[in-house]
Amino acid sequence: MRLLILTALPFILAAQTPSAQNGKKIFDSYGCYQCHDHDGHGGAGARLAPNPIPFEAFSKYVRQPAGEMPPYTKKVVSDAELADIYAYLQSMPKPPAAKSIPILNH
Amino acid sequence: MPKPGNKVPRRGFLKGAAAGAAAFAAGSKPAAAQQAVNRRGVTVPSASALVDETGPVSSAEVMTADRPGSDFMVDVLKSLGFEYICANPGSSFRALHESIINYGGNKAPELITCCHEEQSVAMADGYAKIEGKPLAVMAHSTVGLQHASMAIYNAYAGRSPAYIILGNTIDATARRPGVEWYHSAQDAVAMVRDYSKWDDLPISLPHFAESAVRAYQVALTPPYGPVLLVADSDLQETPITSDLKLRIPKLTLSSPPAGDMAAVSEVAKLLVAAENPVILADRAVRTAEGMKLLVELAEVLQAPVVGGKFPSHHPLNQAGGRGLIGNADLIVGMEVPDLWGSINTVRDQLHRSVQTFTKPGAKVVSISAANLDIKSNYQSFQRYPETDISIAADAEATLPYLIEACKRLMTADRKRALDERGKKLAAAHEQGMERARTEATYGWDSSPISTARLSAEIWDVIRDKDWSLVGGAPSRLWNVDTVYRTAGGGGAAGVGYSAPGSVGAALANRKYGRFSVAIQNDGDLMYAPGALWTAAHHRIPLMSVMNNNRAYHQEVMHIQRMANRHQRGITNAGIGTTITDPNIDYATIARGMGVHGEGPITDPKDLAPALRRAMEVVMRGEPALVDVVTQPR
Repeated sequence: MRLLILTALPFILAAQTPSAQNGKKIFDSYGCYQCHDHDGHGGAGARLAPNPIPFEAFSKYVRQPAGEMPPYTKKVVSDAELADIYAYLQSMPKPPAAKSIPILNH
Repeated sequence: MPKPGNKVPRRGFLKGAAAGAAAFAAGSKPAAAQQAVNRRGVTVPSASALVDETGPVSSAEVMTADRPGSDFMVDVLKSLGFEYICANPGSSFRALHESIINYGGNKAPELITCCHEEQSVAMADGYAKIEGKPLAVMAHSTVGLQHASMAIYNAYAGRSPAYIILGNTIDATARRPGVEWYHSAQDAVAMVRDYSKWDDLPISLPHFAESAVRAYQVALTPPYGPVLLVADSDLQETPITSDLKLRIPKLTLSSPPAGDMAAVSEVAKLLVAAENPVILADRAVRTAEGMKLLVELAEVLQAPVVGGKFPSHHPLNQAGGRGLIGNADLIVGMEVPDLWGSINTVRDQLHRSVQTFTKPGAKVVSISAANLDIKSNYQSFQRYPETDISIAADAEATLPYLIEACKRLMTADRKRALDERGKKLAAAHEQGMERARTEATYGWDSSPISTARLSAEIWDVIRDKDWSLVGGAPSRLWNVDTVYRTAGGGGAAGVGYSAPGSVGAALANRKYGRFSVAIQNDGDLMYAPGALWTAAHHRIPLMSVMNNNRAYHQEVMHIQRMANRHQRGITNAGIGTTITDPNIDYATIARGMGVHGEGPITDPKDLAPALRRAMEVVMRGEPALVDVVTQPR
């Protein structure tokens, strides 16, 4: 019994830990990139990363958007996948400071 | 006997002028005689015609003409001051073509070789956006006009004065069998009349001259629009008889319609009294003087200006129009094609709902010439805007009167209050610029390259030049300080405009020595890539920088929206919408057309050197293209 638990534990943990790697993959394949760019920096849609809004608000908006965004229901994106996408957005590094980029300061 | 002041039908002329020709016709079978008389040398001749072609020619047949009608047409075009005439060659206007290059010396107008009629008209549209006057186009009345029609619609919706001459053969008995019938129509312009401003089918040279001058005047009377003139092939090719008295009417451009003074005074009262006015300036400015006037109005009122040709670094230039509109007590739209859509929106969900941005009691004013030329079929007029005052007049022409009326109403106390508002707006402008700089940093080193990085790198190359963005939109960080800095896009959002439109605008910029640059979308370029060849052939300096997202990206998003709505597969939106597998190598396409080509560039570090190399080419007076693989938007 103990052996079974020890063997299964990594899989249980893996299932519960959102995967930024999978999030990156489905961010593209599910079409998020179309409005938010491949890195979540925004484009036709809002900037999502870095520092995404809290997961609860993020999830609520994705399921039932108030604006122009098309809805992503549980039927097409599972809660686990949404968590993966969120993990991907959280993994995005901060951009360089504008003052450190000479051509933005002419 | 020809009618006074009218054309001489070709067969009538030949009969009357050459007895030998009459004898020739009488001695032949009717069909063969007609073919011989009407021979124009393009289709494969019949057996009897071949005999005519190779047999002895009657020494009495008149086979040359010193002065065809098309020479006079060139005189007319020269009198109107056309610099260029764009055309893909076509037999229905072959005489006019020949008269332009030989009789006219291929100068004013100079013939610009185009690879598609859509390209020709889009070039005219782009040229007019910079030069403020028409560029002429020649096309077949049927197949050419069919190709040109989308570009004409763009010009009509964008209020651009393209001037189009259609070759056509109205006399059915004068047409060769086959192609000339396909290339003729009894009412050629019918197919574009719903989205052009005026047209005519002259039946004599005096008629041609009068209508040509009228067409020019109509095209340049606000609201501007495309005009069409049918140049009958017989009229082109028939020699001008010595007794035909020809003159070209004087052209006087109409002064643009200015607003009724009583209505203008009412608007001035509202503007001076308003606590939070917003000026929506979309197409208000047509000229450099117009931009100065708009600045003057804004400064007199210390009112924010959103959109249009208003200096981008002026403290009263305000982005974020929706927020300003929501807080406004007065919204003044000047030549806003979609005023309703500026203050309302329709949410694109399954159940469409309207959201209004304005607060209760806000007043709305429209100053626009659009209603002076409105048609029913094509819905380019947009939804009806409810206004408190609507002035049917040209906004730029109305500006001087509006400024004076505002100045008359200004008191010292009011001016102090408005100056305080101006300081707040200046601070908001600075904050907006800082935000724009910060926004540009996101994805700075991303690959594909961010559009903000693309824009910043282009700006770094052109900022010390007398630049003109002839395709695409500038970043807020660019210093748009005069009217020719931007040209705008296709008026009806018809894809395929930008590439030829930017070449036409660059053609207008060439004589001023301006550095033309275009941000060129990939899907758009594939409609009429031949524009690149035209740029190379005619040495039109233009730096085209590809915003290559490898898709018809707007449509990717639309299909994604439908897939999400229908919940039966959200991973297929790229089918039918992306431009991949294979990826198109635009630099190679450019090089194949004689244009300097760079790319595809995917690493942002490679972008600046490529742009510098392209810039050097353009500075030498030639076109260059830099293919940059970008983020979607």
